Formats: sequence, C-alpha cells, structure tokens
Amino acid sequence: MKKLLVSPAPHIHGKDSTQGLMRDVIIALSPSLLVSIYFFGFSAIKLAFVGAITCLLVEFAIQKYIIKGKVTVNDYSAALTGLLLALNLPPNSPGWVVFIGAVVAIGVAKMSFGGIGQNLFNPALVGRVFLLVSFPVIMTDWTIPVSWFREGIDASSGATALSIVKEGLSKGMTMDQIFEANNFSYAQMLFSKIGGSVGEVSALALLVGLVYLLIRRVIRPHIPLSIIGSVMVLSGIFWIIDPSHNPDPIFTVLTGGILIGSIFMATDYVTSPMSTKGMIIFGVGIGIITVLIRNFGAYPEGISFAILIMNATVPLLNNYYKPKRFGKEVKNG
Amino acid sequence: MSRTFSIGGIHPHDHKISVNASIEDFPLMDMAYISVSQHLGAPAEPVVAKGDQVKVGQLIAKASGFISANIHSSVSGTVTAVEPLPDISGNLIPHVVIKVEGDDWEESIDRSPEIVKEVKFSPKEIIDIIAKAGIVGLGGAAFPTHIKLSPPPGKKAEYLLINGAECEPYLTSDYRVMLEYPEQMLIGTKIMMMALGVSKAYVGIEENKPKALKLLKKIASKGYKEIKVVSLKKRYPQGGEKQLIDAILHRQVPSMGLPIDVGVVVQNVGTALAVYEAVQKNKPLFDGVVTVTGGCMTEQRNFRLRVGTNFERIMFAIGGFPKDAVKLISGGPMMGKAISRMDAATVKSTSALLLLTEEETRRGEEGNCIRCAKCVEACPMGLEPYLLNRLARAGRTDDLEVNLIQDCIECGCCFYSCPSNIPLLDTIRLAKGQVLKIIRSRPKK
Amino acid sequence: MTTTILFTVVSLSVLGLLLALILYLVAQKFKVEEDPRIDDVEAILPGANCGGCGYAGCRAFAEGCVKADNLDSLYCPVGGNDTMKSVASYLGMEVAEKAPQVAVVRCNGNCDSRPKTNHYDGYSSCAVMASLYAGDTACSFGCLGQGDCVVVCNFDAIKMDPRTGLPEVDQDKCTACGACVKACPKFIIELRNKGPKNRRIFVSCINKDKGGVARKACAVACIGCFKCQKVCPFDAITMSNNLAYIDYNKCKLCRKCVTECPTHAIWEVNFPVRVPKKEEEPVVEQ
Repeated sequence: MKKLLVSPAPHIHGKDSTQGLMRDVIIALSPSLLVSIYFFGFSAIKLAFVGAITCLLVEFAIQKYIIKGKVTVNDYSAALTGLLLALNLPPNSPGWVVFIGAVVAIGVAKMSFGGIGQNLFNPALVGRVFLLVSFPVIMTDWTIPVSWFREGIDASSGATALSIVKEGLSKGMTMDQIFEANNFSYAQMLFSKIGGSVGEVSALALLVGLVYLLIRRVIRPHIPLSIIGSVMVLSGIFWIIDPSHNPDPIFTVLTGGILIGSIFMATDYVTSPMSTKGMIIFGVGIGIITVLIRNFGAYPEGISFAILIMNATVPLLNNYYKPKRFGKEVKNG
Repeated sequence: MSRTFSIGGIHPHDHKISVNASIEDFPLMDMAYISVSQHLGAPAEPVVAKGDQVKVGQLIAKASGFISANIHSSVSGTVTAVEPLPDISGNLIPHVVIKVEGDDWEESIDRSPEIVKEVKFSPKEIIDIIAKAGIVGLGGAAFPTHIKLSPPPGKKAEYLLINGAECEPYLTSDYRVMLEYPEQMLIGTKIMMMALGVSKAYVGIEENKPKALKLLKKIASKGYKEIKVVSLKKRYPQGGEKQLIDAILHRQVPSMGLPIDVGVVVQNVGTALAVYEAVQKNKPLFDGVVTVTGGCMTEQRNFRLRVGTNFERIMFAIGGFPKDAVKLISGGPMMGKAISRMDAATVKSTSALLLLTEEETRRGEEGNCIRCAKCVEACPMGLEPYLLNRLARAGRTDDLEVNLIQDCIECGCCFYSCPSNIPLLDTIRLAKGQVLKIIRSRPKK
Repeated sequence: MTTTILFTVVSLSVLGLLLALILYLVAQKFKVEEDPRIDDVEAILPGANCGGCGYAGCRAFAEGCVKADNLDSLYCPVGGNDTMKSVASYLGMEVAEKAPQVAVVRCNGNCDSRPKTNHYDGYSSCAVMASLYAGDTACSFGCLGQGDCVVVCNFDAIKMDPRTGLPEVDQDKCTACGACVKACPKFIIELRNKGPKNRRIFVSCINKDKGGVARKACAVACIGCFKCQKVCPFDAITMSNNLAYIDYNKCKLCRKCVTECPTHAIWEVNFPVRVPKKEEEPVVEQ
C-alpha cells in the first residue's frame, strides 16, 4: 500500500517568498542606483558595494558565531539594508563611514532585536542617523565626486537644495531670490538634482521604482501616498501663508529625501503597520513630523527622524487599528 | 457586472484541467465500505447485520439524534461485516461492508432519464423526503440538509443561494453537474425554495465557467424566473458561505452567526441535484459526481461514483497510482483533506480526489515573520493571521477571542500568501477549536 | 561654561529628587499588604515555576500554602518531600510523605514494531496532528512523535530518541510536574510511583483496539489476552477495553507478568538483568 503524504490544508502555496520580495525591492532600487553611478561614478559603486557586503558579513557573523543559529543571509534582506544605507549617504562619503553605518544598522538595529522581522526601527535609517549625529561634517559634505561617465560639472558645487534654501532664508532672502540665485528648476529636480545623497539624484528613477513595487504588489500605495500627500498639504498651508519664506509643496516633495524615504524606507515591512488604517496614520504622521522638523527644526531635511519616530508608534498602531472585520461594518438589510 | 465579496481573498491559478471530461459512471466495484459517519453530527445506527441481502438504495443505517442523517446502500449484495475500519483520517469508524452481487435497485427508485418538472409535495413533505433520503450538504461540511432547510423558530429565510462558485482550484464536479444536469439542478433549487417558503433564489457562478453561466441563464429565463443566475469574479474563497452571501446580496453574517441570521440559506449545486433526485425520482443519496484530477495524471476524469468506493479501486480505475504523486486529497487543494490511508473509502461529501506531486505540494522551510501584512491583506474575514498565530503558539486564549479567532473560516488564504511559509492555519485551526470550546462551555445568557 | 554645567547639574538633581519623592509617595499610598511569610515560603520552594503543583507559579503556590489550613492537598512535585517538610515546619504544620513519582511513556511502538502508514508533513506539533489524523501508523492510540512533551518540559528531562521515534524520560531529571502528561494529546504519558530502588513495572501500551487489530498495527501492542492478569498473584492488573493496566500501589514487582506477556508490552525498569533465560528482554531504556 502506498504511503501517502499528509498535512493540514492548504496543500498549495503562493509564489511569494521573503527572498523574492527582497529581490524585488532591490530591483526597484536599481534605476536610482544606475542614475547615481552615472552621476557619481566609482564613488556610488564603492558605497553600494561596501554597504551591501558589510551588512551581509555582519549578519552572517552574528548568526553563525554569536547566536549560533540558522544563517539566513540568503534572504537578501541584509543586502537590501546595506544598499539603502549607501543610497542615503552623501556621494563623497569615505568607505569606512559606510562600514560603520552598516555595522550599526545590522548589529544594533537589526540583530540585537532578534534578526529579521523583530526590529522596531528601520535598520538602514538607524545606521544613517547614527552617522549623521556622529560624523556631521562628513554627512553634510555634499561635494560631488568625479565621475568617469560625466564631465564638466563643477566638483565644488555642494549643498543640497534644501540646505541652500535654509541658509538663504536665514540670511533674509526670499524664496524667489534663492531660486533665481541658484538656478533651481523642477525639471532638474525630476531628472537630476543639484546635490543630495547618492540615491536621490533623480526623482524620476525613484518613481519608476515605486511603480515597479506597486505592479509587483510588493508594497501597497497607502504609506507613500499618505506621506507625500500630507507633506504637500501641510507645506502648502505654510506656503499660502507666506510664499516668500516657505518653499512651495512640489519643491518640498522633490527634495530632501521625501521620495526615497516614503517609497523605500517607510514601507519597510517590519517597521510599518499591518492594517490599512494604521498605514495611513503612520504615513500622515511621518509627513507632519517631516514638515515640522524642516520648518522649525535645526536639520534641513528631517524625514529620517520622522520615520524613526513613527516606527516607534507601530506596535501601538497595530494594536489600535485593526483591519476591517467581516460582519462588523456593513449594515445588513 | 460580476460581483464579489468585499474583504481579502486571493487569486490562485485555477488549474481546471478536468473541465472537458464529461461525467461517466464509475464501473461497479467488488466491495463497498460504507461508513456510518458521513455527516456532521451523531453517527448513524446500522440496521443491517452480517449475512443480510441489500439492494441499491436500501436503508442500512438510521439517523440517531437530532443532527444526523440516514445512510443507504450504494450497491446490491450481501453484507459481509459491520466492523470498525479506518476513515481517511485513520480513525476507526464502524463501516458496513457489502460484497457486491449484481446491480439490483429498489423498485421505488425512478431510473428513467425523464425530467419531472411538476412538484406535488407540501413543504413539510419535501423536508421529510430529504431527511429520509439522507441528503447532506455536498459543499464539504456535510451538514444534514433537512436541518438547514428548517430554520429555527423566530428566524425566517428570505433568499436561497445556490453555490456554483467552485472557487477551489482543480475541482470541476459542480461545473459538470451544472452543464449536464442544468434543469434538474434548477428544479432541485425550486423544491428547496418551496421547502423554505422563499420567493427568490440566486445561483452564483464564477466567471471562469462561461458555458455554465450561459446555459443556466438561458434555462432559468425560460421556466424559472424566480431563480436568478449571477456571475461572480474569479476569486478565492468566493464559495465560502459568508463570502458568497456578501458577494451576491451584500449582507455580512455577524461574528459567530449563521447565514439564517441575515435571512439566507446557502446550498451547493450538488445538493440541489441530490434534492431533485430524492424528491422527484425517489432516489436516496448514495452517489455523487467526483472529479479525479491532478497535473501528474495523463487523463482527467469526472465520475459518477457510488459512496463506499475504496480509494485503491479508484486508483486502479484510472490506471494505477501515478508515479510522481505523493499526496491524495479529498476535496480541493485549499481546504481539502489529505487522505492518510488508501484502504479508506469515499463518503457522500467526497467531491474530488486530487493527486499532487511533491513539487506542487511541498511546504517551504519556515522563516521568521517579516510582518509584510500579506496574510492580513488576504484574510477574507478581516483577521490578523500573523497575530493569531503568535497568540496561538503562546496559548493566550483570551486574547485570541478578542481578536476574533472564532470567525476564522479556515480557507487557507493566510498560509497560501505567507512569503515565510509560516504554517499559520495549522496553529490557528487548533487554537480556534480550543477557543470555540471555551465559548460554548459558557452559560448562555 | 561653568554656569551652564552648574545649572544643568542642579536642575537635573532637583528634578531627580522631585520624581523620587513622587514615586515614594505613590508607593506608600498603593502599598499592598501581604503576609510576609509568603516571601519566606517562596524562598524555600525550588523556583521552577513549572506549574506542576496546579498553581500558576511558585509564588502562587506559596500563597496557597500560607492560606491553607493543612498541607494535605498541596504538593510540590519538583521539591518533593524534603521541600514540603521544610515548608510544613516553617508554617508549623504536619505533612504526610508522598511516594516520589516519575513520568512514564506508555507506548513502545518504535519504527520497526509499528510500521508507518503515511508521512506527516504539517506543523510539527502532536496537538495539530492529533486534531486532524489518528496518527502516522495504523495504531490510533500510539505516540505521534512530534515532541510536544519535549517542548513543554522545563527540566530538560524528556527527549526524543531518534532511533525509536519515541520520547525518553530521564528519571534523574524528571520532577513529575506533569507538564508532559497534560501536553500529550494521546494521553500516553502517566505519572507513576518511582518505586523502591527506582524499580517499576508498567504496561507500555494504551491501545484499546481488539487484539487482532492492535497486533496488526503494532508488534508490541497490548492485545488484551488476559495472560498477565491470570499470572499476577497480587491482583494488581486490571483489564478494560482490551488493555491491561498495572496498579502501582498493588504491584509487588514480582515480574511474573513481564515474562508472561506474549508481545513484550509490559516493561520492567532498573531490575538486574536475568541471568539464565534463553531469550533476552527487549533492551530496557534508562
């Protein structure tokens, strides 16, 4: 008699796997990576490479020699963290800075909480913020390195659009004067920004990534849209009140990492809420905190801090905002 | 516009590879092994003993208790034993074993192919006939149909829904019934409407069965105006009772409630056919349409199969157990039950036998939950399977109840969509049983 | 510079003191009056928090001891008689000595004697498996081998033997807390008296099927043949539902039933090896 295999239902499984999802996110990041390699040349390659490899090695070492458990580096999540970290650094950062950031990201923010799925804060952002407060000079040095692929850009032109605005405003200039003095244009921001971290050179490349993630159903649109929407609404209110001293909403969204933050950082599965309602509140919270930091805080951008702050609220949001239950909301009859 | 339910759901590949195999009578077996527990509720009481001669359609076990059903012989011959034999789970259940001799039917059964349209019974008589014929829900749960057709006092049915969604991948038995017995099925529906005293019925069919939709719409528009055939989007678990009601009527059964709480009774296509045959042809339920399918099989079949056929006999009929197959499932791949013993036999509610290969059914290695919320998105009841799984493993029954584990319909969408291969439903199903036990043991208000 | 530091130090100190004061006041106000003896009794207890006594943990048990009028119904299986004696003497009460117990696995159907009829591939849990299937062998009473008992054991006293696929109790580590007894969905594990010199005899099978069915499913099943009952001089063996059961209070360890059992379903533990017999007993665990 044939010995049958038995198991509880269901007997078939969908095609999703952790590995596949992480790979999709890496694919979604590749347009931005390619654009940044075009603009920053070897420096971008070096940062991405050092970030990813360090994260993989640190995770491997901790799982193998400290926890002595199952090694799961082949799920790509550590590589993704390293890549995201690299894309959030200034293009001219030295390799050892990425290395330290990666060690903090994986060692402190991820593995000390228990590895994948257990961490409270987004590891890549923790790494970045750690670097930002530890090495403020390096982390705000926006000098553009020499690229093999592209010539004729003044290597000394530093400073992100946002810090230029912030500095200009503190000198008493109005927005129009700043725009004029620096030759800002939206087209430029969409395709290639004047300065900023590796991954946010081109808003368009990031949006291509977003579309890919949505089509592949890796993420749902609620978080990015609610962040971008709330940033636009709130900065729009400031702008209407005083257009000469506040940047307009489109400028706000296109600069200072709002896009890379809302598409790739805030949507990190582990550190974002599970229910639709929770996701929207999470996104709106990030948007509001970002605009507040920008307008009243010391840092020119602020989305990193906003996401980390909202990360801390995720367990609470999961507890309070449950998904729409069947049979609870529809009035019958 | 096709309708569908409002929360969650998944879209597995439908694999309806046996759609074009028309229903064929299964060759008569040598031995029949008829279980006395083929339905939800108390096992039936055998009324035959070793040595008795039985005919096809003869009562061999009587319903005992309120929720129970009669069982009739599916073959004619001599009873060789009434003894405990393993069912598909391996539990020993009393079976009536009959050595088949010829094919001698009870005279009262009308075996002519004519379609009897006129119904000449009162609602009470109809329910009596259905109870006597031992009809149970053929959608999977095998709940005795006569009880479902008699709503408890104070509750009134408004609509009858006939479930032709067949949302499980692979299964085609309901589809073949709708194609080959369309009018009989609609008459069965009418009979149940009379029994319930409702004036409106819906037949819900998923879009991936356009032929059945067209045919039933045509026949219904000619002679059965009170029955509306509606098209449903292809989505799993559309055929779940609660989901079907939501899809067709936009009513949601409340937590811990039954369809009758929103004025609905749901029956399966196969049940409708069985009701027709019982009431109009005086034929008790002892056979059914069973899909025998699987990607590893060269030939896909839809059999009209007598109850009590041994699985080894069925495998023999299809040319032996396929070499690559490792798992034999009674039902569909999402909610069906893996058969643990080849020497067990079919029951009334067996609607399909599915053979899967190692490749198709392999469970991936379990990883950490990455909190991707795919299970939350997929859950058609709006629950949080990731949370229920964690609470279940910690044995926190209070929190499980607060998080509505008792509403789980065990459709398997959560495990299907989990990228980390966490056996969510395995743990949730067990904990749900424990929580339901606690809820039921509380004194009623 | 110094003023800044001074200001910081002073303001933080004041803040700290203020908060400490608030904490102190709140702690005073909401202080719960507790019998101080509970702490002392808890200190005597082993502190395993295993729940074997029937209480939620050692502290709950200590509370129970202090509140109780006598200690007859209270017993800490982990600490055993010594612990109970010290608790009793602390509380000024008497306690009767109880025979120490040990968990016993009453299934000996290993891979050879009990052939598999199917392979289980679900979540590795006896409870899940038992809720859906009778088991992966023809015996619907036997051990499922998924190790729920191993998972619940707080004392590392029970392990799956990979050779037999059955759990094995380490009698030195086992505290008879009963966690495995509750965890086993098949009710295979039983707490039995350890017996003099740790010697005990038990029926290592709980199959209630008729002899033929049981024998077909498992070569070492109890087939309900009554032979052991007939041979027992002390009336220690009872038969019900085709299954023999040895009452450990009546059994005098004469070992007659062990030799009599045709399927070797009765096990003796920690006896000296019988010298002259032609056939060796199945290798005894532990």
